Amino acid sequence: MNLPDSKLKLAPTGAIISNAELDRTMSLLDSKLKLALTGAVFGVFAVILALSGNPGNMAICVACFIRDIAGAMKLHTAAPVQYFRPEIVGFIMGSFLISMATKEFRATGGSAPMIRFILGFAMMVGALVFLGCPLRMLLRMSAGDLNAYVALIGFAAGVGTGTFFLKRGYSLGRSTAIAKTDGYVLPAGLLVLFVLSLTTALFAVSEKGPGSMHAPALAALFTALLFGALAQKNRVCFAGSIRDVILLKDFSLISILGGFFVVMLIFNIAHGSFKLSFTGQPVAHARHIWNILGMYLVGFAAVLAGGCPMRQLILAGQGSSDSAVTVLGMLVGAACAHNFGLAGATAAAATETAPATAGGPSAAGQIAVIALIAVTFVIAVTNQKKIEI
Amino acid sequence: MESVKDIDVRGLSCPEPVMITTMALKKYKGQALRVIASEAHVSTNVQKLLKKNNIAFELSNESNDYVISFTA
Repeated sequence: MNLPDSKLKLAPTGAIISNAELDRTMSLLDSKLKLALTGAVFGVFAVILALSGNPGNMAICVACFIRDIAGAMKLHTAAPVQYFRPEIVGFIMGSFLISMATKEFRATGGSAPMIRFILGFAMMVGALVFLGCPLRMLLRMSAGDLNAYVALIGFAAGVGTGTFFLKRGYSLGRSTAIAKTDGYVLPAGLLVLFVLSLTTALFAVSEKGPGSMHAPALAALFTALLFGALAQKNRVCFAGSIRDVILLKDFSLISILGGFFVVMLIFNIAHGSFKLSFTGQPVAHARHIWNILGMYLVGFAAVLAGGCPMRQLILAGQGSSDSAVTVLGMLVGAACAHNFGLAGATAAAATETAPATAGGPSAAGQIAVIALIAVTFVIAVTNQKKIEI
Repeated sequence: MESVKDIDVRGLSCPEPVMITTMALKKYKGQALRVIASEAHVSTNVQKLLKKNNIAFELSNESNDYVISFTA
């Protein structure tokens, strides 16, 4: 649209808009389209991982994969969920390498690390009660799992609650520059552990269950490297997507999720793995209230921590030791979730020997979710700062 | 000549930098501002906000920081 700026153009609706405004709208639409395409590329990565061996609707799940790593390292001993997932290493290393290449790597830290640890812990317990991080929630939605749509209500409400506190001045304070080597610790440590997982029998590997289903290690690593690098460039965040819509009326981040969802939906339909139902979904349960509250906790804690579980991995990769501590909180949260039976159990259909079970969290898991929601409220209320500009 | 007001958003978690810049746009309307960010994604987010508001800006670097200069 290269009309002279002074000319007015009649929009189809009959409203008169200036050429400059039209140009701006076109460029915004153009960038949204680009973001949606980026989301579609993420979808393709997820499809590759699913087709090469990862559990179908768990092709990529940050919570599940950190839990599997916790299991592999014997921080918990839940037999079906033990495997050193290369994807987590790939996400962090992808972000690390691209931020080094683009000179965006900054070693930072000191913004309330212990509170961030608790928020990471809370996100993980909430995610494991629902059985998935926000990323897997979207994958489950694209496979027709209605429980994930129920959980989305909780997740959005949690993000909304966090946003409410942001508007009132919630802040964990500033991080500052720290020794560069501090930012190398998590990527380097994970790389060493990954090499050990390939070359030794140090780590536990599930013989059945989700932990036994995995893409070849190097394929998973390379796919996740690309995923991590792209996520770093595009600032993908599941909590941030909804937060930006509520807070800033900004639909950029959510456009990425739209593209991702569409590709996964097409894949699931084509692959015959789309089934619209509450029951009979793989690694899921239909205890609605706990799906809602679990993801409410994830959304709330994620906004207070400045990003969803996946975003924390990316930030940790580009040098944030605060996010690295959040990741450690998630790791410990995953270990506790299984050691103390907090994680939701998968619903199971009746077999010849056993009756059907509804699954969902145990009493301990329910108490943990409620208690952690309360703790998250305390963090939100007690970290209000007056902003001076 | 009017002095340039610095808005320091270094080290703050998302979306605080964008919220603070939004506040600054209202409070210092018509004044020359510099938003100083310590991380690239924060700089990108602030630039996006300015583009949305049709505000032209200039980018520069100061030591390790990203500086975005504009008139609110």
